[in-house]
Amino acid sequence: MVTLGPFLKRELRLLARQKADWLNPVLFFLIVLSLFPLGVGPEPNLLRIIAPGVIWIAALLSVLLAAERLFKDDYRNGVVEQLVASRQPLLAFVLAKLLANWLSTGLPLVLLSPLVALLLNVDMASFIAMVLTLLLGTPLLSLLSVLGAALTVSADKGGILLALLILPLYIPLLIFASAAMEAASMALPYHGQLAVMLAMLLFALALVPVAVTSALKINVS
Amino acid sequence: MFKWLHPYAKPETVYHLCGRLMPWLMGAALLLLLLGNIWGLAFTPPDYQQGDSYRIIHLHVPAAIMSMGTYSAMAIAAFIALVWQVKVAQWSVLAIAPIGAVYTAIALITGMAWGKPMWGTWWVWDARLTSELILLFLYLGVIALSGAFSDRQTGAKVASLLAVVGVINLPIIHFSVEWWNTLHQGASITKFAKPSIDPSMLWPLLISILAFKILMLALLCVRLRTAILVNEQHRPWVKAMAGD
Amino acid sequence: MYFQSWAEFWAMGGYGLFVWLSFGSSYVMLAALAWYSQYQHKQFKRQLSAKLAREKRLQQYQEQAH
Repeated sequence: MVTLGPFLKRELRLLARQKADWLNPVLFFLIVLSLFPLGVGPEPNLLRIIAPGVIWIAALLSVLLAAERLFKDDYRNGVVEQLVASRQPLLAFVLAKLLANWLSTGLPLVLLSPLVALLLNVDMASFIAMVLTLLLGTPLLSLLSVLGAALTVSADKGGILLALLILPLYIPLLIFASAAMEAASMALPYHGQLAVMLAMLLFALALVPVAVTSALKINVS
Repeated sequence: MFKWLHPYAKPETVYHLCGRLMPWLMGAALLLLLLGNIWGLAFTPPDYQQGDSYRIIHLHVPAAIMSMGTYSAMAIAAFIALVWQVKVAQWSVLAIAPIGAVYTAIALITGMAWGKPMWGTWWVWDARLTSELILLFLYLGVIALSGAFSDRQTGAKVASLLAVVGVINLPIIHFSVEWWNTLHQGASITKFAKPSIDPSMLWPLLISILAFKILMLALLCVRLRTAILVNEQHRPWVKAMAGD
Repeated sequence: MYFQSWAEFWAMGGYGLFVWLSFGSSYVMLAALAWYSQYQHKQFKRQLSAKLAREKRLQQYQEQAH
């Protein structure tokens, strides 16, 4: 854990230098969301009904967009190889990646949620549920995308493959997050859905870093 | 036990063992499949509710059961491949995946063909059908991932890792889809209650399930033999065999 | 045999299309997988022995040249 700090500092510095890496997915998220009303019509009630699904699918797509480049640069210039070879704690590197990924793609989505609520005509109760599900769900999304990125880091054709791997694993999150927002819009309690999401997040937090480190080791060997 | 098992993990032994077993397995699978299906198609009475359409059960249920059984077999092979670095287990993962994908596709297609007369529509977002569709995606993911690397070894290992991750996730996916389904659908579709099955219908079904299981092993033998040859093509025993 | 005639057997009590569609497509897919697996095996064996024969000829030629 001692080495987590320097790794995190490095990740954040890289992100500050390459602004397109995290600005583009956020922009993409907003554009996808503004396309939906244009496609299905500006009827406020219709928008309110489809909002939970639309928000979560847009969030997934924008996180996927950022995921592809997660380990690519570090793999190409040999950082991953050096870390594996020098028996440095790979776990700290992975955790720093995760945290930086969430700070750069998950957190902006949470911060943008008031704007999204305005665009899709979401009422106050659903808005609170949306913020809560985004807070619990985006870290899980980051975990899954880090896993996908680690699996495909040395693959010849990453992009669409990454989506194919992550989408099935993402289904439980989609179901529970949009169910919580739907329950909130009908003024029903949604603690249960949030609790399940928290359980899934903790479960993934325990297992995914292990899988990611072994995936990285396989990819450089 | 491991000392006893270890010689069986040698690629050459496995190659010859599979070659010897394959014709027997294939013959038994074909025989049982024909027996179970003809029995089920022609020699059992129709269901009192569903008439003769229920006869699809003799393909649908074996394919669905074995699509999951094949996934667990693949996951076990993947686990062995990752933990003990057994080469043959690694290659088995890639050899099993297409078999499982075909079984899953059969379960889906027969499910749709059964759903059309029973539910009135080809596709229903029924919990079991949806889970099966996601299972197909997981199989396709394993196959696609293993083919995406220029190095065969890395592809096999990464695909094994994905198979293990998938098997941990499958219960979560299944449970959440079931929950989602009850939330969204309620009583809108008339899901037929499964009648307790009559022994005269059960026997052909059990035979068909066994046939699918043996067929999986037979196909695995063929595919594993190819995988062993491809990966061991520079070894002397392969050269000696292919040379003459 | 439960059915009275072959025509009745093919009709499957009105569900013929669905029953035979599922049986037909399943058998086609299983046969395709079995055939393709066998074909891959044969094909690779043929390629490998061709490659080995080529290497052998090359070696003989080099020995003659010396």
